This record gives sequence, structure tokens and C-alpha cells, in this order.
Amino acid sequence: MSSRETILAAVQLARPDHIQLPELKKYEQGFDDLQQQFAKVLETIGGKVYEVNSEEEIFTVVNEKFKGEKRIVSTLSSVPDGIEIIRNGTEPHTLEDIDLAIINAHFGVAENGAVWTTEDITIERVLPFICQHLAVVIRRKDIVATMQDAYDIIGNNDYGFGAFIAGPSKTADIEQSLVLGAHGPKTMTVFILN
Amino acid sequence: MESKGKDHAQLSDIFNKDEPRVDWHDETLWFVRQKRDKAVKAIPEWEQLRETASQIKNNVLSNLDGYLIQFEEEAKKNGAIIHWAADAKEHNEIVYSILAKHSVTKIVKSKSMLTEECHLNPYLKEKGINVVDTDLGERIVQLADETPSHIVLPCIHWKKEEIGELFHHHLGTPKGNADPQFLTNAARLHLRQKFLTRKIAITGVNFAVAETGEFVVCTNEGNADMGAHLADVHIACMGIEKIIPHRKHLGIFLRLLARSATGQPITTYSSHFRSPRKNQELHIVLVDNGRSVQLGRKDFRNSLKCIRCAACFNTCPVYRRSGGHSYHTAIAGPIGSILAPNLDMKQYADLPFASTLCGSCSNVCPVKIDIHDQLYKWRQVLVKEGHVGIAKKAGINGMAFMLNHPGLLKVVGKTGRWAMRNIPFVVNNKMNPWYKQRDLPEAPTQSFNEWYVKNKSKKNEQ
Repeated sequence: MSSRETILAAVQLARPDHIQLPELKKYEQGFDDLQQQFAKVLETIGGKVYEVNSEEEIFTVVNEKFKGEKRIVSTLSSVPDGIEIIRNGTEPHTLEDIDLAIINAHFGVAENGAVWTTEDITIERVLPFICQHLAVVIRRKDIVATMQDAYDIIGNNDYGFGAFIAGPSKTADIEQSLVLGAHGPKTMTVFILN
Repeated sequence: MESKGKDHAQLSDIFNKDEPRVDWHDETLWFVRQKRDKAVKAIPEWEQLRETASQIKNNVLSNLDGYLIQFEEEAKKNGAIIHWAADAKEHNEIVYSILAKHSVTKIVKSKSMLTEECHLNPYLKEKGINVVDTDLGERIVQLADETPSHIVLPCIHWKKEEIGELFHHHLGTPKGNADPQFLTNAARLHLRQKFLTRKIAITGVNFAVAETGEFVVCTNEGNADMGAHLADVHIACMGIEKIIPHRKHLGIFLRLLARSATGQPITTYSSHFRSPRKNQELHIVLVDNGRSVQLGRKDFRNSLKCIRCAACFNTCPVYRRSGGHSYHTAIAGPIGSILAPNLDMKQYADLPFASTLCGSCSNVCPVKIDIHDQLYKWRQVLVKEGHVGIAKKAGINGMAFMLNHPGLLKVVGKTGRWAMRNIPFVVNNKMNPWYKQRDLPEAPTQSFNEWYVKNKSKKNEQ
């Protein structure tokens, strides 16, 4: 017998009688304002939030806050001069020296400050992880209360890779001292577009 | 490791030699527990979430073979290659065969307690493979030729000055620099080079979804993603109990996991791997290694519901004061103490006794495993199976005999109380293990029985 058969047979023999799956309930969160809650949580986990009214405004903030950064890339469709557009088929290792990556996300989650991204909008899977700084654009209307709401939106969507990203990469492995920028971005900025 | 042949109590003695360190360890983990409490109290439905998660896992265990077959089918459709490993040895051989097929001798690995359980690193080292653990804490213990002492905080037993010294020796950082920010950055630069040059990356798995064939890996550092997205081959290793039925169930488990672990609302990254990147190979290794046996043990099968948050470690008064290495097993703490005897009763017979049975572990468990009840039940199994030392067995039997003979208990009690008052040196000495690091309480003048008889007659007089 192959290990597959051995394991499945052993599991079948050992498992208890069938137990029903529970129904998933929804819980009212009572957040006054989803955007405010999202921003509050994201800032406590080391992120930065800007409320903007247009894409131009995003780039004004980028110019100001990330002045001096050499390689700024984006997956947004229209970007001003000086910002490189990442296209399908880019070799992931060539992204190593990116200072700032500006990407879209599908939505944000108010209870934990996370944004949901999939590889069709990040173009390269490694992009939001390998950059020194990450900026993400979401729309104000696209903020949900909880992770349960988040999976309602994701539903049966097909993706090869998707990730919730909540704040800059971090570690507290050395004596529980929090350090931002473990292997991934040292900062995360979220632009909430009205 | 230096644990050979020593039991939990003896290994704790080694850890307890450095009292200020024990105090620091104790307080730091309690601080993590408090952060957990704060996060949990912000969620009014917390108890309902725990109950729901527990019920989902009950359902998983009752249909595990069905879900495994479904997961395999879906994952194959997604383009993943599935392997089945009956035990640790087969798991290690499968991983090695993939490396050999690609003629790769240098790999990166993100945190996976399963590969620790299977002792993959020493196995691969012997085969001439260079494995770099990329989680910062794991890299630290790896450079020190140790194993993690905590499943979420692998180097919680290390002080920053020692890490500074270790990095000075291995990474060339300036001698005497023990600044966490500086040391983390040095590790970042060192590991980035590894991520960029390794062709194969191994990761663990937090949850595998039967419905979609995808799996989720949670990290704060981003090391699993840096490894997997830059490598040509991604090998994900998982225990068969990591399956959950539907994608929507992630909405429950991801609300519970990080809050229970560190008090964060969610880990920085919750990465959902469904299909391999273009031109990449994705392997998933499904490992039994004793899990099907544990599933058949009615009293202990609930231990398979564990999502490895380590809340039970952080709250445990014994773990906090004895350190992870005293458990001489890959998964320490209360949960490890109910998992390990399943693998080898003789070798781990000491672990279910490394507990006060206070029940705090069961109270914080996000999937409601009855951890302290199982510790208690393991003790009974281990005594019956003859895996408990002669002294402990004689003590238990003696106590049982005495408690079954009230007359004897009365006499012994009276003698004992008299001795503690008048000749305390007879009990307060090194021969008595209870006296070690403890003072015996002041002996009461009468037993409860004597008090009761006296007060009852008084009441009758009224």
C-alpha cells in the first residue's frame, strides 16, 4: 500500500462519527465609521493613512514623502513621469532594488487594518514584499468591518496568489523589541480614495 | 541538544540556575499573555468565535479522510504536486528527493514546526544540504546550533547581548552592539542575499482549504513570501490536521490566530497560495507522523485541533519558569505535553507531569482544546502503561492506600502535624523533594475532621 492509502485508511478507521459543521454567524461590530476604524488600527500596527480625493493627490503626497527615493514603481494604470510601471512577465529578482511600490488593493478590513491583494493587481507576487516601502490605494467605499465580511467579498474568486497585508513587515524576535522592516517593507502607507 | 536522558524537572533545573533570566522570561511571556487579553476583550463575540472554531475543527476530525481527498484533488487541479508521508522519515526523504531532482544544495526555509518535529534540518545537513532558516528568531537559534524554545517566539530564551555576540561572530556586526533595530537590519541584509540566490524555498502551512486546494501561511516578517516568490520551487510541508473545509472558515480562524498568539489583530501577512507562479513548481507534502494514531485516541484526539498560536505556552506558570528546552520536544508547553506522548510514551512520560493542572491553558485556547484535562488523563495512561518512575508510583500507591483507610490517615496526619511543629528538620530537608525551593506551610493545630466534630457538637449545644 502506498503511504497515501495507508494514511487515508488509518484516518478513516480512527476518526469519530460525523459531526456537523456549525453555521457561521455575523457579529455587529458597532464601528462608528469604517474608514476611521481602519485608519486607527492600521496606525497602531505601524502603518500610515492618507485620505485623498484624486489620484493626482496621491502622487503629490508621494513626491513629498518619498523625495529622494530612487526607484519608484507602480502597477496603477496611469502614473506621472519618473514612476516606472511594472508589467506582466517581469523577472521577480529584478525588483530587488525597488524603493517604493505603489499598488492597488481590492479592499480594506476595519477590524485589523489589513488590505486584500491578489496577483492580478500586484502583477508580480513578490512586489509588495520585496520593496523597501509599500503604498497601497483603496477606495473609501471598499472597507469592510471584519474578516468574515472580507471572505464574503472574496467568495469563490479565483486567484493564484492572494494576501492580506496589515502594516509594514515586522519582528519582535530580539527581546520582544518591536522592529519595523524585518524582510519586507519598512513602511506601509495606505491612500484612501474618496 | 543537551537534553539527552534528562527529564523536564532536571532540564528545568539547568534553566533555573540563572534566576534573573527566569524572571525575565516569566515576565516577558506574561506580558504577551496580557497583550492577548487586551486584544481579546475588544471582540465581544470572542467566546462565540472560539466555540465556532472548535466546532469546525470537530467536523474536520470527523471527516478528515474526506477533506484530505478533496484537498488533494483541488490542489492538483491548481497545478500543485501532492506527496504523502506516513512518518517523519518519509517526509524528510520526499523533501530531499525534490532537492536532488533539481540538483539544489542550498535552500531557504521559513518557519515550520512540522519540519522541526521531523528533524528535517539535521537530516538535510547530513546529506550536504545548506538550509537557512529565514525567520529571525529561527535564524538566531540556528546560528547558535540550537532548536526553537517557543513555537511563535523561537529565541525568547536569548538576551540581546548574546544575540549581538552571536551576530558579531557569524555576520560580522561590530562587537558589543546589541541594539535590536541594528541587529535586525543586519539579519535583513544577510537574509536578503539568501532569498535572492536560493532556488528552492520551504514553508510551513497554517491552514489548508479542502474546498479550493489553497493553503495559507501567516508571518509578520514576510520571510515565507520572500522565499517562495523568488524561488523556482516551493515546497510546503503540512500535518494532515491543518485542513479546514471552506475558504470562509478562514474568516473565523484568522480572527483568532494572531490575537491569541501575540495580541495583534492579524499577522502582517496572511498569504493564500493556490497555484504555482508561472514556471514555478509547487509541492505540498501531507504528513501523518502519528496524527492518525492520536485521532484514534478518544481522550486525546482534540489535541489535533491546535492552530499553533502558543497562547497556552504564554499563560502556563510552568512553561514560563522552566523554558521551552526543558520539554525536550519540538513543540513545548502544555499542548506539546499532550502531543509528544502520542509519539513516544516512554521518552515523553515526564511531560504531562510538567503542569500544575491550573487550567489556564484550556481557558485561553482559541479552539477550546481541553488541554489540562488531557494532561491529567495522560498521567493515568502513563502510570497504567508503566512509564512512571518507581518513586512516583510508590508515592501514588501509598497515598491511595492511605486515603482508602481513614483510620490510618488520621494517625499519619496527626503525627505529621506534630512533627512539622516540633521536629521540622525531619521533613524540611533535602531528602524531601517538596522542600526544594519551597517552605512547608505552618502546620495547623487540628485536622478538618477534628474541627468539624468540635464545631458540630458546639452547634448542637446551641
